Amino acid sequence: MPTADVPDLRPGSRWRSAVCESEVIVVRAPAEPVLLCIGGAPAIAADASQPAGPGRPAAGTLDDSLADGTLLGKRYTDEASGLELLCTRAGAGTITVAGRPAMIMPPRKLPASD
Amino acid sequence: MNIALLLEMAADGAGDRVALGSRSGGTSYAELLRRARNTAGWLASHDGQRAALLDGNSPAVPLLLFGAALAGRAFAPVSYRLAEPQLRTLLSRLAPGVLITGANAAVPEPLPADLTAWPRAELLAAADRETGLPASHGGPDDVAVLLFTSGTSGEPKAAVLRHRQLVSYVIGSVEFLAADPGEAALVSVPPYHIAGISAILSSVYAGRRIVQLESFDAERWVRVVNDEQITHAMVVPTMLGRIVDYLIDSGDHVPSLRHLSYGGGRMPAPAIEKALDLLPRVNFVNAYGLTETSSTIAVLDSADHRRFAASDDPGERQRLGSVGHPLPTVQLEIRGLDGAPVAPGVPGEVVVRGEQVAGEYLGDSRRDADGWFATHDAGYLDDAGYLFLTGRLDDVIVRGGENLSPGEIEDVLLTHPAVRDVAVIGLPDAEWGEQVVAVVVLADGAPATGASADGAAADFAAADSAAADSAAADEPTLQQWVRDRLRSSRTPSRVEFVPALPYNETGKLLRRKLRDQFCGGG
Repeated sequence: MPTADVPDLRPGSRWRSAVCESEVIVVRAPAEPVLLCIGGAPAIAADASQPAGPGRPAAGTLDDSLADGTLLGKRYTDEASGLELLCTRAGAGTITVAGRPAMIMPPRKLPASD
Repeated sequence: MNIALLLEMAADGAGDRVALGSRSGGTSYAELLRRARNTAGWLASHDGQRAALLDGNSPAVPLLLFGAALAGRAFAPVSYRLAEPQLRTLLSRLAPGVLITGANAAVPEPLPADLTAWPRAELLAAADRETGLPASHGGPDDVAVLLFTSGTSGEPKAAVLRHRQLVSYVIGSVEFLAADPGEAALVSVPPYHIAGISAILSSVYAGRRIVQLESFDAERWVRVVNDEQITHAMVVPTMLGRIVDYLIDSGDHVPSLRHLSYGGGRMPAPAIEKALDLLPRVNFVNAYGLTETSSTIAVLDSADHRRFAASDDPGERQRLGSVGHPLPTVQLEIRGLDGAPVAPGVPGEVVVRGEQVAGEYLGDSRRDADGWFATHDAGYLDDAGYLFLTGRLDDVIVRGGENLSPGEIEDVLLTHPAVRDVAVIGLPDAEWGEQVVAVVVLADGAPATGASADGAAADFAAADSAAADSAAADEPTLQQWVRDRLRSSRTPSRVEFVPALPYNETGKLLRRKLRDQFCGGG
């Protein structure tokens, strides 16, 4: 697989969908490089120096079969690769990792400590 | 990744919810973000990389915290209670940049040449003026916050917290918008304490309304809890002690309070037991963390508090004095002098690793090649993985080659009814290298020692047995109290009596001062 399609999903890096408004940040990196797509198209590195914002032009069209949507503030995981993401902006597309739909993680049950 | 992302998400997901201030008339998340962006525009119009603050809690704190992040500046809150020479030194290390000052802050004159002072009111006015958002804001590896450590064992160090570390801490420990709309957190820890920063970040991300107390006072704290229907609060141990005393003395109540976390210093077991008794419906959480770890790394949760307090098993009951388990996002080990991890029950140094662990001071990273940070806290893990802290590594007393933990001896002395507060320190000793010295504050009504002790003891002789214990709280009695409960090597060779122990304003015991005071004496 060409490396251009398999970007470096470092913890803290921000990615956005090319076909919907979804944005995510990487919470845990995958064990091996994997292809991250949102709405069927490879995710694009969000410019770290640009604040989040709506109304970005879509660079393609949303795959109707991958349009279950993302939810703001939910964490998504792909068990096979170990990748964990946080949705920082909701959108219409489905997150897929190497073609597998990412799963929503259950809420944490940690006590508030501050 | 930037801490402002936390506010942007809250404004996106719950823009109309009140973020800051009273239930009616407070600032919404959308409004807080708008004002933080204006603050960023204002900061960007001034030179220098630092946005310093010399002030207590006010709306200027979250505005500067998020505004600095959006402008690519480091937020640097400084204690307004420092003496002028030390304050001047710290400020010179923060220049160039701007310094926001509160009405009560004593601003040293003259300021460092490239540090420009502005009153808080000017910042608040600027936050209402529409400006363009700066073209670039801080990236993941940029400095979000600079905090001076308390400097109890030397010169304060400027701890560096980067955006990715603080964001990792919050998203790793808080669920987004999980707070019920009625929840409100009271922030009374000063802004120059890591807990004052993490309280803002965590509350914003959780969607929990923030109410601020400009500076702590037990009576005001209780009044604001009731006026603002506060559900959540974080306090340092000295604050909790004062709140409990105030509630007992005044007969006042805090019925809205559901969740009280405490940390930032040692909490004696009798003090937390008293608080648990007084507030039976409140969930208590003991949080252990350091400035250098972006706040909390271990918690003892409320279920464990109630379970251990009610237990008859001495081992379980002892865990009430632990700081619980490490967060799932943090790796924690106890290491011996050789740097290797030790077995459960064996004391050593607490060492941590994780995305939130900064372990860095200005110009000096202290994480090792594998990312581990040595906390300088001494402690051990018990066989069920509960973390016990026994003090700072520098405070460990080495007597005749044996390492003694001041905390263990202090805990035993605190169970004596006549002892209100105690610090155990090591002083130089010709025979043993160091000797164990207990510095004791007696409870009200307990007699002083020395010539008057016998007379006082006689006065107390007719009282009940508990008072009789108090009456006998002289040096030999307290030595015997320790000898009966611990090994004789842990028995203080000297007991000094003082009216009060020296603490800094956030409740950290200044052992160095005691060592200086009693060194050479006796």
